[in-house]
Amino acid sequence: MPDVKTVFGSLADYQKGGIQVINDDPRNYVFSNVFEVASKARPYERIAVGKNFEYVIECLRAEGTSPWFTCDHDEFALVMDGTVEVRLQKPGAGQAAPAGSDGAIQMKDAPGGPRMGRMVCRRGHMALLPKGAAYQFHADAPGVITIQTVHGPLTIERWAEICETRSI
Amino acid sequence: MSSAIAVQASEPDNYYGYRSFKKGKFEFSRDEYFVKVKWPKGSHLMPADVFLRALQRDVAWNFFYGTVNFDHVFGTLNHYGTVDMFAGRFNDAYRNAGLDYVETFSSDDLMATFKAVLDDWTNKGYDPFAAPEETANPYGRKNGSNVDAISRQRVTAQRMVGCAGDTPVRTDANGYPVNRHFADVPQDQPEIHAEQGFEDEVRAFNLFGYLSRSDVTWNPSVCSVVRESLYCPTSEEFILPVEHGNDRVEWFLQMSDEITWVVKDKETGAPRANVTMRAGDIAAMPADIRHQGYSAKRSMLLVWENNSGKIPELIASGKAPVTPVKF
Repeated sequence: MPDVKTVFGSLADYQKGGIQVINDDPRNYVFSNVFEVASKARPYERIAVGKNFEYVIECLRAEGTSPWFTCDHDEFALVMDGTVEVRLQKPGAGQAAPAGSDGAIQMKDAPGGPRMGRMVCRRGHMALLPKGAAYQFHADAPGVITIQTVHGPLTIERWAEICETRSI
Repeated sequence: MSSAIAVQASEPDNYYGYRSFKKGKFEFSRDEYFVKVKWPKGSHLMPADVFLRALQRDVAWNFFYGTVNFDHVFGTLNHYGTVDMFAGRFNDAYRNAGLDYVETFSSDDLMATFKAVLDDWTNKGYDPFAAPEETANPYGRKNGSNVDAISRQRVTAQRMVGCAGDTPVRTDANGYPVNRHFADVPQDQPEIHAEQGFEDEVRAFNLFGYLSRSDVTWNPSVCSVVRESLYCPTSEEFILPVEHGNDRVEWFLQMSDEITWVVKDKETGAPRANVTMRAGDIAAMPADIRHQGYSAKRSMLLVWENNSGKIPELIASGKAPVTPVKF
């Protein structure tokens, strides 16, 4: 057995760090923890935990089956905790995200196009959510996903609730 | 049509065996332990390993984003086509005393000199990309070279690691064994069930396994791309060899273990904060600071960059804030 221990976090077991201020405002660091954010979120809410102009990192609590989403650009899902199945399917007529739009949209109905496949991802696995595909997540037990994407209509910003405002 | 760029180098020193170099009015020399940098208003000593680790990153990153401070005195500032080489420019005491100095070069021109210095001053067995526990002693008189180590190519995936025609995943077979500090990291790959005709779009890979096989430290490499949004994960051990003063906001998502960031004012070097990040923590590094990370155990860090070329001017002109979010 290896004599090293790599520490990953999970919903059940994470230890936050913090900001020791010398001459600064802790808010400048927009410091949060994805496991803490997901622990207080409803399933598949897309909560921004990082923002850089139009780009965001969204944090999702994976639990049960998500709605179907689609997007007009690539996105990338990184599983931080748990096991998540990613289902891919082509949208049907009139179901695609508007050309050139930013971020994911939620589909009203299941996609009408052909099935593309599925992926079963565990902690540390990154999945491509390809441009123009519809996708759905499923997790038997609660888990955490982060998504590299663009700020869109489903992105939720609640910085004051999730970020550290005090020095340690 | 390209032309050869001249590098001003001396003959090897009779005793130490190293060449000395000149670039503009800067002069560089090394002995068994130290590198000396001279400029018209002063000179500065750095331990040879500190200088070489920083130089290695500056070369590999093509001067990176913003300011690469080799230490509190010497460094480079990238203007993306030209680059400033400075001494004391971002040090309050040097500035107040009028001892700071800056010279601007074309990036290719300065890079040629930096590569020549790195090649001549890196001895056999010493790898500036490696953690100190994993490489030979950098000190002593000239003793061979290590061209393979210093000329690694930075990974820049076009879409995502493992996609068709893109950067391949790392395996034992292609020369990337699991690092000693990540011996316990699962190496399983995602289960992929692609329907016929969609094999190129149904793609996933084990990012943590990929990082556990990195043979370098403190070397962010592009692994996934959404327009100008770049995920640049990296494995970190010991100390970030530079104090990085970014010209834009940079984000860190700590994926494993722990890093402490020492944060200073970008212009003056005055301490501002110490930020301790553990697995799952995510934080922004504002555009008006410099930061240097300390990682006792090799850890996995996701560096997230916005690669837009418009940002440095927006930040510098005050049209965009130095922090990403107000709340």
